Amino acid sequence: MIKVNGRDKEWEENITVDLLLEKCKYTFPLIMVKVNGKYISKEKYKDTLIMNGDDVQVIHSIAGG
Amino acid sequence: MVEGNKENQKLLISFEFEPGKVEKGYTDRRLYINLSENKIEEKSIDREVKETFTGGRGYGIWYLWDAVSSKTKWNDPENEIIFCTGPICGVTQYSGTGKTHVVTLSPETGTVNDNNVGGYLAPFLKFSGWDLLEIQGKAKEDVVIFIDGNKGKVIIEEVQGLNSDTYLLIEKLTERYADDEKDKRNLSIVSSGRGAENTNLGILNVTWYDVRRRKVRIKQAGRGGTGSVFRDKKILAIVIKYAGVNAGSNNAAYPELITEAGRRLTKEILGLDHVQNGMREIGTVNLLDHMQNYHCLPVHNFKFGSHPDAFKIGNKVWHRRMTQNQAGDSCWMGCAMRCSHAVDEFELITGPLKGEKVLVDGPEYETTAGFGGNCGCFDPDFILEANFYCDNYGIDTIGVSTTMAFLMECYENNILNKEITEGLELNFGNKKAALELIHQMAEGKGFGKIAGLGIRQIKKILVEKYGADAKFLQDIGMECKGMEFSEYVTKESLAQQGGYGIANKGPQHDESWLIFMDQVNNQIPTFEDKAEALHYFPLFRTWFSIVGLCKLPWNDIEPEDNKKKYHGMEAAKVPEHVENYCWLFEGVTGKHISPEELILQSERVHNLQRLFNLKMGFGTRKHDIIPYRAMGPVTVEEYESREELYNQQLQEIIHFDIKNKTTEEKVKALRDYREEQYQKLCDAVYKRRGWDSNGVPTLENIKKLKIDFPEVVELVKKYQS
Repeated sequence: MIKVNGRDKEWEENITVDLLLEKCKYTFPLIMVKVNGKYISKEKYKDTLIMNGDDVQVIHSIAGG
Repeated sequence: MVEGNKENQKLLISFEFEPGKVEKGYTDRRLYINLSENKIEEKSIDREVKETFTGGRGYGIWYLWDAVSSKTKWNDPENEIIFCTGPICGVTQYSGTGKTHVVTLSPETGTVNDNNVGGYLAPFLKFSGWDLLEIQGKAKEDVVIFIDGNKGKVIIEEVQGLNSDTYLLIEKLTERYADDEKDKRNLSIVSSGRGAENTNLGILNVTWYDVRRRKVRIKQAGRGGTGSVFRDKKILAIVIKYAGVNAGSNNAAYPELITEAGRRLTKEILGLDHVQNGMREIGTVNLLDHMQNYHCLPVHNFKFGSHPDAFKIGNKVWHRRMTQNQAGDSCWMGCAMRCSHAVDEFELITGPLKGEKVLVDGPEYETTAGFGGNCGCFDPDFILEANFYCDNYGIDTIGVSTTMAFLMECYENNILNKEITEGLELNFGNKKAALELIHQMAEGKGFGKIAGLGIRQIKKILVEKYGADAKFLQDIGMECKGMEFSEYVTKESLAQQGGYGIANKGPQHDESWLIFMDQVNNQIPTFEDKAEALHYFPLFRTWFSIVGLCKLPWNDIEPEDNKKKYHGMEAAKVPEHVENYCWLFEGVTGKHISPEELILQSERVHNLQRLFNLKMGFGTRKHDIIPYRAMGPVTVEEYESREELYNQQLQEIIHFDIKNKTTEEKVKALRDYREEQYQKLCDAVYKRRGWDSNGVPTLENIKKLKIDFPEVVELVKKYQS
């Protein structure tokens, strides 16, 4: 199990940040990702593996109405 | 008075004044007009009012409070329309400083209403010498109010035979009042249209002259029926003329602070907008794709949050349709955000201007989502036609589209039929019928006469006259306090449910927009977190309206490292922009202000507005109730459209055993839970705001805020148990 934005989510083997974003349908272009509090730059999404038990934050910078 | 036709005009009164002197952002005087008595006066603004309510909407609400009694109705002569400026209004070195804030009693809600609108009106008004324009009374025939800020003259003329619709009227008035082509940029006009005369959904259009296109452009003060008050007072137009705006027009205390804040923001906008929100390319409609992707786009009267056809009205479409790189798309001088886009040469296929090629100002996100998603008409040409005619007729695209979506659901549920609609087949997606209904609403004819009343009154008619189920209509009629919801699906964001329900004027997103912070980012998980957000953000947003600013440059552009430097709710505040605002306030007024003091300024105005609701017989807990459609799935169809999500919530959060349960039973279990959550949210928010459990500001709170005037205290005491 991992946490995504504080909510439980099933962990899958070999899941990267990129795949997680796709799975969560987080399509918004302006997001910031932290894994266990550490900032992950966009170019590292494809190579950063998420481990079982990780705490992932995906913060959307959307201002809205 | 138009095109030199003198026979149609009659001078009612003229008034001369000393052209304005702005000192540190203020003129300290207001222009008072009484149309019933043909009276024009200069009035001062008391020092105590200035210190307590800061300016702009703060002044507007206070002077309206003073002008009306608890029994005053929106169409009584003593109701006022007040056009407000604000100390920072008119700065040309910082983006988004041209907003006019308008205050009046609303025909939809019966209580105080506020709107903000772009265009050049407020800066011209202030530089002419007036912090406020306050209009009371009613004229007998249509009048044009002309304010010449350079010559120091106000003229009110009775006019006859002019159509009030905006598109042609503002062109005619611009030709009439401008000395030459160059002088057109010195005019700003307020107008409305026949739709405002025949519905409760009237808007005001406020102009600026687009020098590059050589066209008069408009923005709208849209919510709550302000335009209906304007036309009820028989005001055809207000024309203001002022030449000579420059960087020193506000006579600021420390111009260098303003310049530095402006430099910082402009650099961000020019460097980052194209990778952030693309406001300079398509404006607020950039939200369309994101709302669709995150199930927040209202579809079929807020039943669903997305639709497979949404791409047909998505961001790429508007990028192609809106004319790009237009310097005239700034609705006030010096605004680098430049988000007031337009579609040029659009050929109308219906209505009185059928066949004409027109400029359509917009569409904004709300218009696109409302007519496109909510009414199920995923066609950009339909949206443009509806946008144009609503503006031209002076009716609110949000109020009209949300009302229409409600009527369409009623039609599909056989609550309405062709007999009642006089032949209109109001199914979702019927563009022809939707456009016909807009024209009928504007004319006050056919079924449009009922549609133009707005959802609250329509519900009553459907129940009383046609025997409709009142409970079902309450569930699906998307209004609160009498105002229609703006265009976001809030089912999965409790904080935004409160953002709509507890908002002073009704469910308009300009008080707070917390959907992503809550639903997606999950940054405010507890009731206390949500209450804190519903304390801070509505107050912060209120501040824009008391100093004369636009909200958009606050968080529709962010410093590149904002989310890295700050976290959670702190990042959402955009601290460097808050600092800019402190600099701007100090730069203009000379008074140092901290971020906390800025919130305190707002808190006084926000609480006074809540108390104003109370004075008018509203403003308690029961008036903050929202329709269940805003909280969760009303019908089996809605539930089953996101069955997996709802089933998961029932099991994991509520611990409800879904095995062998019918969808109806699951809908009920979810509803019981969500309605209880909403009440708990209200408890938490009221407590954080210093209100009692009935939602009434406490005596202690109003004393702390220094708004404990005798009649306020007396009012609050009536509600103490």
